Amino acid sequence: MGDFFTTSVLVATAASAVRLATPYLLAALGETIGQRSGVLNLGVDGVMMLSAFFAYWTVLETGNMWLGVLVALLVGLMMGVLYGVITVFFEATQGISGIGIFIFGLGFSDLLFRQQVGTPKPIRRLPNIDIPLLSDIPYIGEPLFQRNLMTYAAFALVPVTMIVLNKTTFGLNIRSVGENPQAADSLGVSVERTRFSAIMIGNAFAGLAGAALVLQLGIFQPHLTQGMGFIAVALVYFGAWKPLGVMGGALLFGLVNAVVLQWKALGIIPVSISDLAGMAPAVVTIIALVLLARRVNAPAALTKPFVRS
Amino acid sequence: MRKKMRLLTSLLALLGSFVLVASACGSSDDSSDDGGALTMAIVAPSASDDLAFSQSMVDSVNALDREITLSITDGTFIVEEAAAAIRGYAEDGIDVVIAHGTQFGASLAEIAPDFPDTTFVWGTATDTQGLGNVFAYSPASDEGGYVNGVVAAAVSESGKIGVVGPVEAGDAVPYINGFTTAAEAGGAQVSVTYTGSFGDVALAAEAAQAHLANDADVLTGTAQMVVGAVGVAADAGVPWFGTQSNQTSLAPDLVIASQVYHWEVVLEEMLDLRDSGTKGGKAFEINLANGGLVIEFNDGYDLSDDVRASADAAIAGIIDGSVNTGA
Repeated sequence: MGDFFTTSVLVATAASAVRLATPYLLAALGETIGQRSGVLNLGVDGVMMLSAFFAYWTVLETGNMWLGVLVALLVGLMMGVLYGVITVFFEATQGISGIGIFIFGLGFSDLLFRQQVGTPKPIRRLPNIDIPLLSDIPYIGEPLFQRNLMTYAAFALVPVTMIVLNKTTFGLNIRSVGENPQAADSLGVSVERTRFSAIMIGNAFAGLAGAALVLQLGIFQPHLTQGMGFIAVALVYFGAWKPLGVMGGALLFGLVNAVVLQWKALGIIPVSISDLAGMAPAVVTIIALVLLARRVNAPAALTKPFVRS
Repeated sequence: MRKKMRLLTSLLALLGSFVLVASACGSSDDSSDDGGALTMAIVAPSASDDLAFSQSMVDSVNALDREITLSITDGTFIVEEAAAAIRGYAEDGIDVVIAHGTQFGASLAEIAPDFPDTTFVWGTATDTQGLGNVFAYSPASDEGGYVNGVVAAAVSESGKIGVVGPVEAGDAVPYINGFTTAAEAGGAQVSVTYTGSFGDVALAAEAAQAHLANDADVLTGTAQMVVGAVGVAADAGVPWFGTQSNQTSLAPDLVIASQVYHWEVVLEEMLDLRDSGTKGGKAFEINLANGGLVIEFNDGYDLSDDVRASADAAIAGIIDGSVNTGA
């Protein structure tokens, strides 16, 4: 255990936690916005996978990472349009529609990968960028301020999302249609337009999450996300529908994963219980969800299609 | 509106399912309409071009010196999907159905007795579960692991080597055990991380990062999720050792050697037996001696002659029985 409490290992573990948390944070922030408007999207994982593929393919073909990010963002927006039409205008059941989006993203990304790429080929990974002065701070400089631009963007979006949700008219509309769409409608707020916009933003964030994942790894493989989108949905509940709480959940999830991996590497966790220890992040999340679920209330109109009476 | 909603939701789910099925069958290679060709099918858990486990079998079947019509269903990470594919191929009258995954054994035990005229090939497994129409196959992956370990210990300067494994099962265990035995005999300290997943690329990449944080300067790993770990190795300029398929393309300057599975060596024997009327009931192993395992060195990596000689000596020792891999 002593080996773990050395500066280099602790710093590396923290850096790993931040890296792991990045795609979860982006996806969960987007899902927070959607859920605050009353729309649950279980298709986040599918959107991430499809966006990740398109980001990867774009970089593979052009070598331009930022074009890859842009394409992933556009794919997220397009999936948002699809999901918005289904759930807002056709008032479809959100749960099953989300699953449909997930299956579509899973299958279509797989199909496109086989048709267009085949064998995995590496692409350039996002380089780390040191923030002057801050990156030199002992202990926290490396994990927090020697990261890639997608990580910085993810964490910068936390206060932005907070401000949008809590300090703007658009945010107020989102919260209103998520709590009482009938009342919001009677006050002249367009529930459909507000929810559609929230879905678009949420899916765009999921698109960015897919791009962050694939550009951090530098490779794509079918089923790349391994259920990250579903964890992101859980993190929204974990974070009590608040961006700061969601960030805390993403970081906790990343940290538990990073610590478990580091302990395995150091031999602190014996190989014999290695697989059991790998469940730790999910177990911690479930326990936290069970504890938190009793203390917080979901948006009152979450999952309920709006039908003007 | 409600009817429209239900219709649209159903259509979306149907579309998603269709795309999923299409992708699962996307790499099917029904390349011949020759009625005389042997029909074979592979059901594999990951992509058929994963540069690892599944690809090793696809490459091997394509290397067979026979006229074959091959169908592939890959990405069947859910065992029930694989079982449906295996049964489907048998019902379609495919001559030889390869269930490429240890986890498909229980399904095969149910399916194989229903199709006595079909030969099922199952691995990695060391026994046929007493089924007369099942051939089993397994790799002596400890042998290639040992050779890789000899070289790894020789090229490591820090004396620390990291290993990224999936779950503690299948051919990963002997590979890692053989690798560890040789590397430790060469004076290196080996750290093994089983990520708990065959497919989690992100976790494999972070496992590799954890090893680097602990001063490892040589890495290896097994299963299809290691592509993430190879990327980390490439970024850090750290040598990598592959297994199952040749992984040089992932890091052309840093992959020193890969243990490559040539299942065709035992597949040929199985098909010969089938031709003579024996549809199964025998287990096979690929190893260095029978040529089923081949250590493919990367010419792009400047490996010193004496290290290469020690690897060749290890191969010769394993083949003649003078070297114990410790697995």
